[in-house]
Amino acid sequence: MDKQMTATEVVAQLKDGMTIGIGGWGPRRKPMALVREILRSDLKDLTLVSYGGADVGMLCAAGKVKKVVFAFVSLDFIPLEPYFRQARQGGDLEVMEIDEGMMLLGLRAAAWGLPFMPTEVGLGTDIIAQNPDIKVIDSPYDDKEWVAMPALHLDAALIHVDKADKRGVCQIAGPDHYMDDMYARAASKTYVSCDELVDTDYFKDPAVARQVFWERSATSGVVHIPGGAHPSSCSPSYGFDVAHFKAYTASAKAEGGFQGYCDQFLGESEEQYQQNVGGLQAIKSIELPTY
Amino acid sequence: MTTATQYTLAELCIVAASKAFEKDGEALATGIGVIPRLAASLAMKTSNTDLMMTDSESFMLSEPNPIGKRGDDFVQANESWMGFSRIFDNVWSGKRHAMLGPTQIDKYGQSNTSALGGSYQQPKVMMLGARGFPGNSISHPNSFFVPSHNTRVFVDGECDFVSSIGYNPARLPKGHALDDVKIGLMITDLCVLDFGGPDHQVRLVSLHPGITVEQVQESTGFDVHVPEAVPVTTAPTPEQLAIIAEMDPHNQRAYQIKDNPAGDRS
Repeated sequence: MDKQMTATEVVAQLKDGMTIGIGGWGPRRKPMALVREILRSDLKDLTLVSYGGADVGMLCAAGKVKKVVFAFVSLDFIPLEPYFRQARQGGDLEVMEIDEGMMLLGLRAAAWGLPFMPTEVGLGTDIIAQNPDIKVIDSPYDDKEWVAMPALHLDAALIHVDKADKRGVCQIAGPDHYMDDMYARAASKTYVSCDELVDTDYFKDPAVARQVFWERSATSGVVHIPGGAHPSSCSPSYGFDVAHFKAYTASAKAEGGFQGYCDQFLGESEEQYQQNVGGLQAIKSIELPTY
Repeated sequence: MTTATQYTLAELCIVAASKAFEKDGEALATGIGVIPRLAASLAMKTSNTDLMMTDSESFMLSEPNPIGKRGDDFVQANESWMGFSRIFDNVWSGKRHAMLGPTQIDKYGQSNTSALGGSYQQPKVMMLGARGFPGNSISHPNSFFVPSHNTRVFVDGECDFVSSIGYNPARLPKGHALDDVKIGLMITDLCVLDFGGPDHQVRLVSLHPGITVEQVQESTGFDVHVPEAVPVTTAPTPEQLAIIAEMDPHNQRAYQIKDNPAGDRS
């Protein structure tokens, strides 16, 4: 089976109003090339589910987003994501703000075909008070109340990985696969961009096979985009682009705003984008962060 | 025990904050930010060598990493993998103690990392989001570090958004007791506080050298319980300062409290 697609073909399969999960974490291993292809499209009214970074900020700034399901939206070294902040302070964004672990539970419930997962997380906080759609229930086994974290069903998941074969076997060689396996499993369709396209034989090494976190049956499409996580990181290949994130953040306070950022960088294709940010070699030579 | 005569307020706070982890036993100490991380590192190297720590990314360490750029020949002491998905297995087991710096803290120990002012639909200032605070606060002990003790942080009334559970009877979940909530120490640039007053009231534990009870009360938006005798926060020892310097070779601690004042302001 050959699941190779182009980024344009992926976005053509997405529809207005869909719920889209985005893998990665803050400024780390985000499928930014796929996000940029959405920026170039006329998609709208999306619900995003994300451990959010510039993926959420950019899509909000471009007016693509109706609702965000989030525990945080942050660039880490720049704690507050500038465009998500604008969108929230503008007052028009619908939100479901939850705990980081609740998001994992919601994705698991969707992956496992359950309506909800019980947890005590959220009790006693405004997470429950501000989310009328999250119910607190009694237990059949004890006298406590519990949060019933609802399944977070995704129409599509977008994920970036280090390496994949054309059948959708995906390797994440970086130090953390985050919740990407749960995004892949919670989604009706999962589209993966990869830095490198490899032959199936590549996975014969058991140490490599251990870095595959979901079966290929959970991958719907594979897009080969070297450098496709930029400006987020794809450890161990490249770090996140500190200078680019600073310019992105500064653009939120500049006259042209997000349109100015797009005019400078987005381009009409990923090739143009990469030229605008200094080329693939420049992306691949960005140093990994030290924590 | 000899105490040092020359030390900064940041170093005093690190030593005071390290006490929060002393009795945790074999638990994951997570210090978010330079001073909490150095406090956890100091505790792991001195008062509680059973503590566990991560590299702030995805591995558990048997020895804490120094903060910031490390030499090319540095090899961190990994002992297990601890990615974000696995962190919650640890968090929900309760074997963790986190120390963080929320934007607001109220008299119940509820904290806010999410949004300030306006309405929930349209906050005046959107911040990080609730992050892992709701789960942390109901699952394991948490302590707070506040680099600037004032009434904007220690608010009158409740936080604008309650990200973490505290000792608030009105929000107590069914089947839970207020004593289930575990808030450790609150270390600020003025003093050390805990929730050991009557009915979990915020209590003054110690005053940093040169700070008065009045200064603390004026800078706090609610009443602080003041015991009859309030000690002065213990100064760092030369040994503690040496470990802190080793764990923070680029002196990032100097940039955590405004103007990096001396530890003794008397």
